[in-house]
Amino acid sequence: MEEKFEDKLKKLEELVSSLDKEDLSLDESIEIFEKGIKLSKDCSKELENAEKKINILLSDENGNLKEEKFETNDE
Amino acid sequence: MESVEPKIYTVSSVNRYVKMVFEKDDFLSTINVMGEITNFKYHAASGHLYFTLKDENSNIKCIMFNKQAMYLKFKLTDGMKVIIGGSIKVFERDGTYQLYCNTIFPVGIGELYEKYEKLKKKLEVEGIFDESHKKKIPFLSKRVGVITSSTGAVIRDIINVSTRRFNKVNLIIYPAIVQGDSVAQTVISGIRTFNELNNVDVIVIARGGGSFEDLFGFNDESLAREIYASKIPIISAVGHETDFTICDFASDLRAPTPSAAAELIYPVYDDLIYKINQIRDNLENKVKRNLEKNKKYIEVLKAQKIEKKPYELINKYKLQIDLDLQKIEDKCKYKLEKNKNLYYNLNIKLDTLSPLKTLNRGYSVVENIDNKVIRSVNDVSPGDNINIRFIDGNISANVN
Repeated sequence: MEEKFEDKLKKLEELVSSLDKEDLSLDESIEIFEKGIKLSKDCSKELENAEKKINILLSDENGNLKEEKFETNDE
Repeated sequence: MESVEPKIYTVSSVNRYVKMVFEKDDFLSTINVMGEITNFKYHAASGHLYFTLKDENSNIKCIMFNKQAMYLKFKLTDGMKVIIGGSIKVFERDGTYQLYCNTIFPVGIGELYEKYEKLKKKLEVEGIFDESHKKKIPFLSKRVGVITSSTGAVIRDIINVSTRRFNKVNLIIYPAIVQGDSVAQTVISGIRTFNELNNVDVIVIARGGGSFEDLFGFNDESLAREIYASKIPIISAVGHETDFTICDFASDLRAPTPSAAAELIYPVYDDLIYKINQIRDNLENKVKRNLEKNKKYIEVLKAQKIEKKPYELINKYKLQIDLDLQKIEDKCKYKLEKNKNLYYNLNIKLDTLSPLKTLNRGYSVVENIDNKVIRSVNDVSPGDNINIRFIDGNISANVN
């Protein structure tokens, strides 16, 4: 299963604070940076790629469930 | 009989007196009155409730202060039959008496209350409401299941509030009956359906406000157990802030209203984007700072060790080599001098011991013909030729 958005955010924040470590080597900090940038791009992409969808779950005469676009008819 | 001047009282003192009489009366100070509510008014500023209680023949004014009103578990409406516990006191200013309400119980739904309280206690003891069992609501759901009426204000509120926060919402509505006897049944089948399809991260059970009786369908034992058993976290948004149902208690999170539920399931989109950008900036700044730090460190190293040190070392070794060379030279000189002296002394000694020196003093050496030194008379016989060596030459002779 794909990692949850909030876990990604949490990991990102951890990466940021791990850059504060005193004894970090240059290679390590660049590695963390690359990881962080990749992860932050993942997060933004996840938000950008989300699609607005409002459906209603209905069952037909045979009791099979199907999704239909939901329209608020009483506005 | 002497006529007595009738005593005159002020209105205030009369009202104060009557008030005092009422207060002394035990019957009036603790009383339960049954009647029907009319003329109900909620004073928003103070939170006090004003209404009239009536029966077929008579009315009495009633007031419930906000201090008591906040504990009411249902909404008062005109026409509601209730039993009120309180006291009857005089309102001095108007010279009227009123019923000051402490408790109000609806007549007819008293039984429902008992049922509710009993069920609540039972499930509580069983641990159905335990905090430790409650599942965490995802921070941002990929998809949200909403169990509610497909018509009316509730679903509209949820859609409006959630899309305002996070435009690209993904909602799937399971239409449910939210009033009457079928509430539990349809809500249960909604929970089951979402669990079977496993197509949502969170389920919201929503219903607008209503009377205690309106919401009673949500006080259901099997519904509570279904919520408890759900693998998907559930938010209950049934009624308004003041309405509590078993469904609320059993759920993983209670939202005071359906709109509040929408706020709980969707964070504000722009806030998220802002946060991610901020994190990215933070990452960049920190790495830049690290780079700068390393750069500075290298400069310091360069200045201190890499550039200066070798020259220092070379100079140091050069000096050592010079010193060593000097030492070797000195040692050689010393040895040479020492040997020179030795040679000189040996020369003197050699000179002293030389036979030539003895010859010089007037002695001579006698040798045979083989040039061997003759040391004794016994070494020569008459007739032998001998050689006599002087300092300045030799002569040959014959032994007689």
